[in-house]
Amino acid sequence: MPNGHADTAHHPALQHHFDNLEQQQDAATFGMWVFLVTEVLFFGGMFMAYTLYRYWYPDGWVAASHHLNVLLGAFNTAVLIGSSLTMALAVRAGQLGERRGQVLFLVLTIVLGTVFLGVKVVEYADKFEHNLVPGPNFLFDDARYARAAQIFFSVYFAMTGMHALHMIIGLGLLTWLLVNALRGRFTREWNTPVEVVGLYWHFVDIIWIFLFPLLYLVGHH
Amino acid sequence: MDTATAPPRVDYLENGHTWQSWLLTRDHKRIALLYLLGVTFFFAVGGLFALMVRLELLTPLGDLFEAETYNKLFTMHGVAMVFFFLIPAVPAVLGNFLVPIMIGAKDLAFPRVNLLSWYIYMVGGLFTMGAVILGGVDTGWTFYTPYSTAASNTHVIMTGLGVFISGFSSILTGFNFIVTIHKMRAPGMTWFRLPLFIWAHYATALIMILGTPVVAIAIVLVALERTLHIGIFDPTLGGDPVLYQHLFWFYSHPAVYVMVLPAMGVISELIAAGARKEIFGYKFVAFSSLGIALIGFFVWGHHMYVSSQSIFAGLIFSVLTYLVAVPSAVKVFNWTATLYKGSISYDAPMIYAFGFLGLFLIGGLTGLFLGAMGLDVHVHDTYFVVAHFHYVMVGGTIMAYLGGLHYWWPKISGRLYPEGWARFAALVIFVGFNLTFFPQFLLGYMGMPRRYHMYPEEWQVLNVLSTAGASILGTGYLIPMIYFTWSWRKGPKATANPWGATGLEWTIPSPPPTENFIETPIVTAPAYDYAHQEEHVA
Amino acid sequence: MSAHIAPRSLYFTIFGALMVLTGVTVGITYVDLGAIGLPAAMLVAVIKATLVVLFFMHVRWSGRLVQVTVMTSLVFLGILFFHILSDYLTRGWLGVAGR
Repeated sequence: MPNGHADTAHHPALQHHFDNLEQQQDAATFGMWVFLVTEVLFFGGMFMAYTLYRYWYPDGWVAASHHLNVLLGAFNTAVLIGSSLTMALAVRAGQLGERRGQVLFLVLTIVLGTVFLGVKVVEYADKFEHNLVPGPNFLFDDARYARAAQIFFSVYFAMTGMHALHMIIGLGLLTWLLVNALRGRFTREWNTPVEVVGLYWHFVDIIWIFLFPLLYLVGHH
Repeated sequence: MDTATAPPRVDYLENGHTWQSWLLTRDHKRIALLYLLGVTFFFAVGGLFALMVRLELLTPLGDLFEAETYNKLFTMHGVAMVFFFLIPAVPAVLGNFLVPIMIGAKDLAFPRVNLLSWYIYMVGGLFTMGAVILGGVDTGWTFYTPYSTAASNTHVIMTGLGVFISGFSSILTGFNFIVTIHKMRAPGMTWFRLPLFIWAHYATALIMILGTPVVAIAIVLVALERTLHIGIFDPTLGGDPVLYQHLFWFYSHPAVYVMVLPAMGVISELIAAGARKEIFGYKFVAFSSLGIALIGFFVWGHHMYVSSQSIFAGLIFSVLTYLVAVPSAVKVFNWTATLYKGSISYDAPMIYAFGFLGLFLIGGLTGLFLGAMGLDVHVHDTYFVVAHFHYVMVGGTIMAYLGGLHYWWPKISGRLYPEGWARFAALVIFVGFNLTFFPQFLLGYMGMPRRYHMYPEEWQVLNVLSTAGASILGTGYLIPMIYFTWSWRKGPKATANPWGATGLEWTIPSPPPTENFIETPIVTAPAYDYAHQEEHVA
Repeated sequence: MSAHIAPRSLYFTIFGALMVLTGVTVGITYVDLGAIGLPAAMLVAVIKATLVVLFFMHVRWSGRLVQVTVMTSLVFLGILFFHILSDYLTRGWLGVAGR
């Protein structure tokens, strides 16, 4: 019968339906992966909608995509990948018991994530100004592609909006992590919440890695 | 284990009597009971709507309700029954209670997430009830576009939101089961010593994880289209309404296996105990659960033969639909083989199991009729389809749910139910069920469309028989509600193992202590080890 | 996931690779690749995602269960895509009008 690890048997973080801390960590990490599977399928439905309509309206897709700012999109991609780096480093710092390093990297991740969202606000505002938000006020400059463009922008807002929502939730989780890291709650033995949120954050990054070329880089320039 | 000096364990029902001890519980057993209350409530709601539908259909003319009202009645019946009863009933009530115990664990991996899943379920249910009170929704439980996005002026978003929210409950339950079964089995509880109930719930959990998110996004897109005119399914913008159907049925077909697989898991347990024999072909039955879950993801287009789906794709979906029947058939054959030379009891759980075998067989075979595209184009959207799915969902799932509720009632409540009344109710339900739904096969074959409140006069006799059956069926369902309520307080106390069955749940007291096992069990025997049972009895 | 601690240099190297690949992603849109344009962009995105999954998410050092879980999500994503596309791509194959 497994004895548990004597040094973690009474760890304050141990929940008593688990035999030991390692089993709890294992379960938590695996659990986050199972949750990410649901997220893959959730976003997958929207990627499917994208695929169908790009297949049906290739020229309209190009015309609509050219209204997105490649520079801002590329900048945001770099920012988000950077935040994945800082997140991975935050996890690593926790594994090594480096509390100050962990706090620093969590702060950097939050800052970069906020920058990303700030840029998105700018982009969305621009779309409002140029009547590119689907609905009664939608107006596309090239009449041939008006219908396809409206679908493109429907997909654009649905996908980037859902992505942004996930980022906002991620920022909330990161803030909670930061508060706990400042209180010294994470140690070499118990760094799991940081690891688990890290997995979520990287996933959100991966979604953007696909969104960027699919939305901003259609056709050639 | 020194029981002479150990303090008496408090059972999970006695462990706290305040509101908070129930509403803030982390005990999977109490959460299972919270779910029992929830699903029973929604079953009653769905049943009331069914009653109103059947009352309208007593006469050929639409004289009881307006057509628009009738549309709301069958829609709310479907929504309540599918999303708030059939999907959660077996997994969230019986599964939540039994999964940790059957694998030798003290609780699920994430007890607080389990409680959260119940709250989410109830909130989703409240949204849906809110939509009902505000006037209902009339799109059918399938919410097909463009009617749901552009034309219906009923409470689509509120109902959709209720369903979306309850989907999270499903996802969290599935997530909890998968992690628990992988990570928290007792020492010696290898995969092939697990009860088949666990295999069935594991396969179900996989479907919940992989399928539910897709219907979630479909509902979100419908809501966005209705509110913000983000028009992805809008044909006037060049969108494809059939894309909605693809996304919807990608989940909703596997969802029917979410509804039936846990029930099949129950049946394995009932038949093994009721025949006092190991399940014939254990590994085949175990793998068939996984097979159903997997192949179930490939067949959804059989709901869309008469949409503009390509006929070539329809053929592929049709062939795969025939394939998915194979693992189900494997189960039915193996259960039957288990009965052969078994020592059969005829208690209520076994009556429900027998009922399941016959009714699921009919329901499953008629599914094959529908899987053939050439035949389906004639019976699509007729009562033939309605009869088919009620045979599998009600004749299958609900019979198994009731059988399981009876079988594990002593464990859950610590009391025995009255066996005489239980057998009587089971028979009433069986008769009422067949009288309700068999005529519907005939009506559908003759062409009576579903979702219509009027029909030609020559079909009235069959409709009257069906409504008569429905009232008998409804009465049959009321009887257990009454005696279970009585038994909770007044039933004779149950021992740890009143059935003399195998399984870890029968080695702990009835009702169990909060932590299930005082010492983690060490498993050495296969499941259903009836051949060597005397050696294992403490 | 719990035991392996990667050196800082590894994370920075992966980050560098991801930046380069992002540059490639943007750069290739200035070249007219015709029909290969989309597959090429997707290939680059898949490589980037793989790097994030393997190294930032530690799947490189995770047990088989996590690796199977990742593969499963991709398999079912594939089923969602290809099986839905099996409708749209075969419309008209059997010569029936509109189907």
